[in-house]
Amino acid sequence: MFVTAAYAQQSTTTEGADAHDAPAAGEVHTETGVAHEGEHGSGVFPPFDSTHFASQLLWLAITFGLFYLLMSKVIIPRIGGILESRHDRIARDLDEASRMKGEADAAIAAYEQDLANAKAKGHSIAEAAREDAKGKASADRAAVEAELAKKISAAETRIADIKSKALADVGAIAEETATAVVKQLIGGTVTKTEIAAAVKASAGN
Amino acid sequence: MSNDPTHQFLINKIVPIEIGGIDFSFTNASLFMVATVGAAAGFLYLTTSQRGVIPTRMQSVSELSYEFIASMLREGAGSHGMKFFPMVFSLFMFILTANLLGMFPYFFTVTSQIIVTFALAVFVIGTVLLYGFYKHGLGFLKLFVPHGVPGALLPLVVSIEVISFLSRPISLSVRLFANMLAGHITLKVFAGFVASLSAFGALGIGGAVLPLLMTVALTGLEFLVAFLQAYVFAVLTCMYLNDAVHPGSH
Repeated sequence: MFVTAAYAQQSTTTEGADAHDAPAAGEVHTETGVAHEGEHGSGVFPPFDSTHFASQLLWLAITFGLFYLLMSKVIIPRIGGILESRHDRIARDLDEASRMKGEADAAIAAYEQDLANAKAKGHSIAEAAREDAKGKASADRAAVEAELAKKISAAETRIADIKSKALADVGAIAEETATAVVKQLIGGTVTKTEIAAAVKASAGN
Repeated sequence: MSNDPTHQFLINKIVPIEIGGIDFSFTNASLFMVATVGAAAGFLYLTTSQRGVIPTRMQSVSELSYEFIASMLREGAGSHGMKFFPMVFSLFMFILTANLLGMFPYFFTVTSQIIVTFALAVFVIGTVLLYGFYKHGLGFLKLFVPHGVPGALLPLVVSIEVISFLSRPISLSVRLFANMLAGHITLKVFAGFVASLSAFGALGIGGAVLPLLMTVALTGLEFLVAFLQAYVFAVLTCMYLNDAVHPGSH
């Protein structure tokens, strides 16, 4: 009953108003459901009060036009510029970073190369030193062995000398001994030739 | 203040101006249009004045709204539609600021006036029509002839398309206007219940708690609606502009 009363009042008031608004006003009458006290000038639901339409349109055109100009001439270029410069800055920083990364990679590669070279060089030096040492050691050994062999052969010849000399002396000693033995046993003398023959005969046995 | 929920939509003359017998008075509605422009432009201008590469919080808000509308328009109307960016951005910021300003008690809601929203909708549709015919000539009329429709159905489909196109300015304006109007009336009615119930003594005050909670919840909802309607208006503007840029692509 609330609404219908309001509707009745609404429809009577809008009939007098601009014919253009009448259907629109009828559409939303339920929202005006609280009764009008007729306290406002025209008695029309305020948003549909056409007496202010011209003023509203004019001031909307002025204010929105100004706003549009401000946006398109000042604000949008400015924010666009900020975003653009940030975008550029980030792109530049990324480029710089990738360039630096490239440099770092190159430095690492150079370092690795140097390291490999140094390793190879060190290896070859060590190898050479070892070869050297080995050669020297074997030369030393050969020299020592040769000397030893010389000494051994010298010693052997001396031994052979001494042995042959000793063997040669054995006959003379035996003759002297035999002479002394015969003298002691028989008391007579035996000729040197007889003794030598006897020694020779026993040595021959 | 009156308890009449429609009182808040009343227009009062502040500076009466009359040109050629037509009333162009500076009214409270005009004042809040100026306030909307001042608040929106002032916010965007001041927050971006540092031009920081690393944005402050407030600068991020401005940048986010810029990028939000830019991506909306790019998705809606493609890269060719970007020439309308100032228009969509201005519309969105103007409607959003007007809606949010209207949430202050005793403030006038510019977008609760059908003539204002209708003018904005006509601006959008007018731009679509002008640009469409300017760019594509009569080829723009392909908009009303969808692809792959059998010849027999064509008259019916074309008339439906024409009607739907003609209803766009109405739906665009009424959606925004009705949402703001209904929301503010509902708020006022529930807030009015709180006042009138608490006049009935202790029991009334106890009973007033419910509409009070309702008012609080509705206030939150209205902030959502204030943003949402500005968003919807901007999205639909992008879609309609897409028709002007690429007619016959739907």
